[in-house]
Amino acid sequence: MAELPELSLPEDPKLAQNITHFARALRKAGLPIGPGRVVDAVEAVAAAGFTSRQDFYWTLHACFVSKPEHRVVFTQVFRLYWRDPRFLERMMAALLPAIKGVQEEQAAKPGEKRAAEALLDGANQDVDAPESVEDESTEIEIDAALTISSDERLRSLDFEQMSTDEVARAKKILAQISLPVQPMLSRRLMAAKQGDRADWRRTFREAARRGGDIQSIARAKRRHRWPNLVVICDISGSMSHYSRIVLHFLHAVANAKGAGWARVHGFTFGTRLTNITRHMATRDVDAALAAAGAEAQDWEGGTRIGACLHEFNRDWSRRVMGQGAVVLLITDGLDRDDPKALAQEMQRLHLSARRLIWLNPLLRWDGFAAKAQGIRAMLPHVDSFRAGHSIASLEDLAAVISRPEDSGEKARLLSQMGVQT
Amino acid sequence: MIQAQLIQAQSIDHVQQMLTEQGYVCGRPLATIVFLSLKLGRPLFLEGEAGVGKTEIAKALAAAFGRRLIRLQCYEGLDASSAVYEWNFAAQMVAIRTAEAAGGADRATLQTELFSDEFLVERPLLEAMRPDENGPPVLLIDELDRTDEPFEAFLLEALSDFQVTIPELGTIKAPEPPIVVLTSNRTREVHDALKRRCLYHWVDYPDFAREVEILKARAPEASDQLSREVVAFVQTLRTEDLFKKPGVAETIDWANCLLALDVIDLSPEVIADTLGAILKYQDDISQLQGSEAKRILDQARASLDEA
Repeated sequence: MAELPELSLPEDPKLAQNITHFARALRKAGLPIGPGRVVDAVEAVAAAGFTSRQDFYWTLHACFVSKPEHRVVFTQVFRLYWRDPRFLERMMAALLPAIKGVQEEQAAKPGEKRAAEALLDGANQDVDAPESVEDESTEIEIDAALTISSDERLRSLDFEQMSTDEVARAKKILAQISLPVQPMLSRRLMAAKQGDRADWRRTFREAARRGGDIQSIARAKRRHRWPNLVVICDISGSMSHYSRIVLHFLHAVANAKGAGWARVHGFTFGTRLTNITRHMATRDVDAALAAAGAEAQDWEGGTRIGACLHEFNRDWSRRVMGQGAVVLLITDGLDRDDPKALAQEMQRLHLSARRLIWLNPLLRWDGFAAKAQGIRAMLPHVDSFRAGHSIASLEDLAAVISRPEDSGEKARLLSQMGVQT
Repeated sequence: MIQAQLIQAQSIDHVQQMLTEQGYVCGRPLATIVFLSLKLGRPLFLEGEAGVGKTEIAKALAAAFGRRLIRLQCYEGLDASSAVYEWNFAAQMVAIRTAEAAGGADRATLQTELFSDEFLVERPLLEAMRPDENGPPVLLIDELDRTDEPFEAFLLEALSDFQVTIPELGTIKAPEPPIVVLTSNRTREVHDALKRRCLYHWVDYPDFAREVEILKARAPEASDQLSREVVAFVQTLRTEDLFKKPGVAETIDWANCLLALDVIDLSPEVIADTLGAILKYQDDISQLQGSEAKRILDQARASLDEA
């Protein structure tokens, strides 16, 4: 390890150094810990004393942990670090083969592998995250003279029918689409000449400047704010051609700062739900998708929409939809589980979302009717039902989001359902 | 400056004991954090599910140390005028009119008079910065996740330097930093910059023994047998797949409901009648209808017998 800068700390330099090393290990394990926190931790240990192991643990815990998810990693690193050094050696030796690629990490407890890797100081740096399956490196020159007409063709072309070149270009076009959304009225006020309420504070400040003369009453109105966007994307086998493209779209939306979204939360599901919000913040789209792909283990497998939505409702809906979020659900709705449970989860999702938009690539066929039981269960609980199979349809979507009353194809399909049943 | 607090909080054990005397049963981890926050003068940031006693700790702290409790309930759109200070506009208006009527509307005097302490309406944050005869007060900033990011950013100044700025009066600094407790239900992620300035603790559901202890402190009329059964049932219920798991507050509420109904012993019928005290979602309640409540009760009793 590199030489440590001298810390100007009062007592027990050995312990201070150990805590610093411990903090570095935690940082490697992914906890956001800056030097400021290390100084705090040393001070805290000095204050709490060094009598019992448990107090020491909770003292460091208080200084280094700032999210519930971090607790597991912290505990593991703590266990490995503040233990008999010989044990640590054995522990690392045991983990080494797993890091070199032998499939033995099954036995590792959550957080343990990450902790060991952090302490091993990047010994496994050459092990990369699995590459995204699709070859996205194809770069093509675009002839300016032909751009417009071929773009036109691309816009209406089904994602499924595109060649690799076309996919690459489609991604570029997708990256430029933005979603204009209707702003919400915030409870905060801003100064406005024609505002609907009096701003007494400003009125009097201006009056004070004129020696107490109130010339006019300053006015204020309610400010606008942007809602959050939550995208829940199906990545099961039946959606494989669309989900990748849609994730590109998601990446573009998540990174378009100031485009009318407060925050974008991304989730994928197949057989289980995965939160990929953090990966979408990576600027490079390929790196972001590769990281998301490595996180979501269920690409192109089966679908359990009901179970995954249940998971979302239970674990995430209160955390990401508290401030009034627009939910974009991208799935084909082909689900073989109990339709009743699915309908219930959809209802709960609908009730907690500001607006629920369902994007279905199957809708590209004009004669599409809601025959699958999953679709029939979900349809009554969405605000808007839309196609999502081509760039043109995604552009349509951009228009939909800004028109709250638009329900897409929902009414047509619901009426068909009524006839059939 | 921290001396005044040091006199009262000597060790982790001492803190734990003082909180217990106030009827707040807390584990060693929480007591450690509280002690550190008192000793280092750092705000305490508590996160956890609803009803695990995050707000209660501030109340218990205030009572235990004989301090004043100042509570700032957060909500969307909370701004400086309702969190820090506001001028008393009506009184200012009267003062202007009086000065005009008296004919002595001297500009400079009027200005200093209009923006003096006399016309200042203090809100929780400013109040907490003022010296208090009982020592620095306990400032509870409740449900921080309900407010928006701009307010969080505003708190950065207030919580790191314990000072607030009023343009007309200048900066007001707390002579001694108040004991600050922030709570969040995690309906959104609070920014790291704010968390960094605080000591963080995730308040979890208590284990069986501690919850029985809490129930004894909060509902002392309940018989031993009943409180053990109630806690066992709630603990088993938390292992079920529920939309909202019952918190400690629900356990206490439920025990009080049962007491009011003169229940001595839990039975599936009693549970069905009083389920609304522990479960607050229709989905969860319907899940417990019929034989399900009996199954959980049997399971809870079995775990009681084991112990």
